[in-house]
Amino acid sequence: MTREPAISVRDLTLRFGAVTAFEGVSCDVARGELFAVIGPNGAGKSSLFNALSRVYQPDSGTVRFLGEDFLKLRPQQLAGKGLARSFQNLGLFPTLTVLENVLIGRHHLMRAGMLRCGLGLGRAEEQGHRHAALEALEYLSIADLAGTEVQLLPYGHQKRVELARCLAMEPAVMLLDEPVAGMSSSERADMTELVRRIHRERELTLLLVEHDMGMVMSVAERVMVLDFGVPIVTGTPSEVQADPRVIRAYLGEELQAA
Amino acid sequence: MTEFLQLAFQGFSLGCTYALIGLGFVVIFRASNVLNFAQGAMLLVGAYLISWLAVDVGVPFLVAVLVAASLLTLGGAGFQAVVLRRVTGQPPFVIAMITIGAGIALVAGVEAIWGPEQRLLGDPWGSSSFQVGGVTIGWVKLWGIVVTAVAVAGYFAFDRYTRSGLAIRAIAGDEEATLSVGVPVRRMHAITWGLAGALATLGGLFLAGFPGAPQPTLGDAALRAFPAIVLGGLTSPVGAVIGGVVIGIVEVMTSGYAPDWTGANFYAVAPYIVMIAVLLVRPYGLLGRAPAERL
Repeated sequence: MTREPAISVRDLTLRFGAVTAFEGVSCDVARGELFAVIGPNGAGKSSLFNALSRVYQPDSGTVRFLGEDFLKLRPQQLAGKGLARSFQNLGLFPTLTVLENVLIGRHHLMRAGMLRCGLGLGRAEEQGHRHAALEALEYLSIADLAGTEVQLLPYGHQKRVELARCLAMEPAVMLLDEPVAGMSSSERADMTELVRRIHRERELTLLLVEHDMGMVMSVAERVMVLDFGVPIVTGTPSEVQADPRVIRAYLGEELQAA
Repeated sequence: MTEFLQLAFQGFSLGCTYALIGLGFVVIFRASNVLNFAQGAMLLVGAYLISWLAVDVGVPFLVAVLVAASLLTLGGAGFQAVVLRRVTGQPPFVIAMITIGAGIALVAGVEAIWGPEQRLLGDPWGSSSFQVGGVTIGWVKLWGIVVTAVAVAGYFAFDRYTRSGLAIRAIAGDEEATLSVGVPVRRMHAITWGLAGALATLGGLFLAGFPGAPQPTLGDAALRAFPAIVLGGLTSPVGAVIGGVVIGIVEVMTSGYAPDWTGANFYAVAPYIVMIAVLLVRPYGLLGRAPAERL
């Protein structure tokens, strides 16, 4: 690889008092790669995800993001640097419409001038953003819901709205936090297909944190397995699945002994 | 009939002022769930600043209004940025207490600087008026209606058509998500306080217009605008405007038509009766809504 990775994590450690969320995590996510982090409950996946979205400040280690010192960026700067994230429990604005929820993803792309827009001089620009938002909704087949308030939608559709907002942000890297958590098996299959399609068609770097083994193994190009906050294996899905340490982490010592 | 029209005009005019005050409450509340109890003190400061600039300093009245509104905008945003930012994440109760304290300090400050007596507002209208079909139209009341209409229209345009307006509507939904799409949440909160400051100045201006005057009790009117926002719904700007107008009309109509046995101050009670009646049917106000799950 001649190009610098999209995300480069070195020896990242996060502690809450005496509790270690994760320790010594290193990984490189290449540009355009679909990289997944998995692990059993409490393995530190969500903490790692939150550190990579600047919600938590790690205690030590470094993160390079598209060539910048990631840990120096403020949370509201990430969107402008090309990072979009989804939330495990949805990060939508329930009382706004679907279109507004997606439109706000373009906040960092809009010119600041509140007076200009207020006076209607930014009409062409506004149309452009509206168009881009609608296009993202169409891509996820929910354009017909544009005028609906988000809180009235079923969970599966809300998840799509969130994905549409991430796309409308025109990111280089997308962080997806357990995209199929809490979904029925048919919603799960739909979402898995969507993630695969977005990755294939949009030339994005995707970093997926997920509990669901089946989902990860079917979409990821490379997988890092965390157990008790420590990365135990990183490799292709088949390598990871065959690794005895992974089986032990997921099934536990006793089961294996039995 | 003439009496009815007279009262309707006066009620509508008073209601417009309540709408300005109510909007000031709602702008802040719906972005942060904080009820700004200093709103009354802010409009007091606004009225006194206009009075001081127009009478003592002697600048043209329009300039006095614009300067006072700018100062309160900066003051509101500054208060949010310097004081309230430090208590982000505290329960709304704590923040409400801080605003109560700030309000008391502002009222005391105004009295310390300008004394307890009434002042002149320095407006060009005074008690002047004209007649239309037997109804007396006070110029200051008419201007109150016009300015409210412009301010409300301006606010709604900001709310609907600017990226900051959209961002502010989103903040109340989910702060972390708002940050993740690149919205500087703190700046947005400061903007809401700035807007509240500007609205308070205009509200103070028309409360202090004839037959009122800049005096230390002026801010009490904010408490009378309170039923207006509760009536309309604490999170709804449209509700605040409608509620303000309704309460203004109810108050003035009651003072004109209530029978003697209801007592001399029944007009002050009537808005609360209307408010309670509405809340029995619609607990979150006419246009308010049940709070979203995450607060």
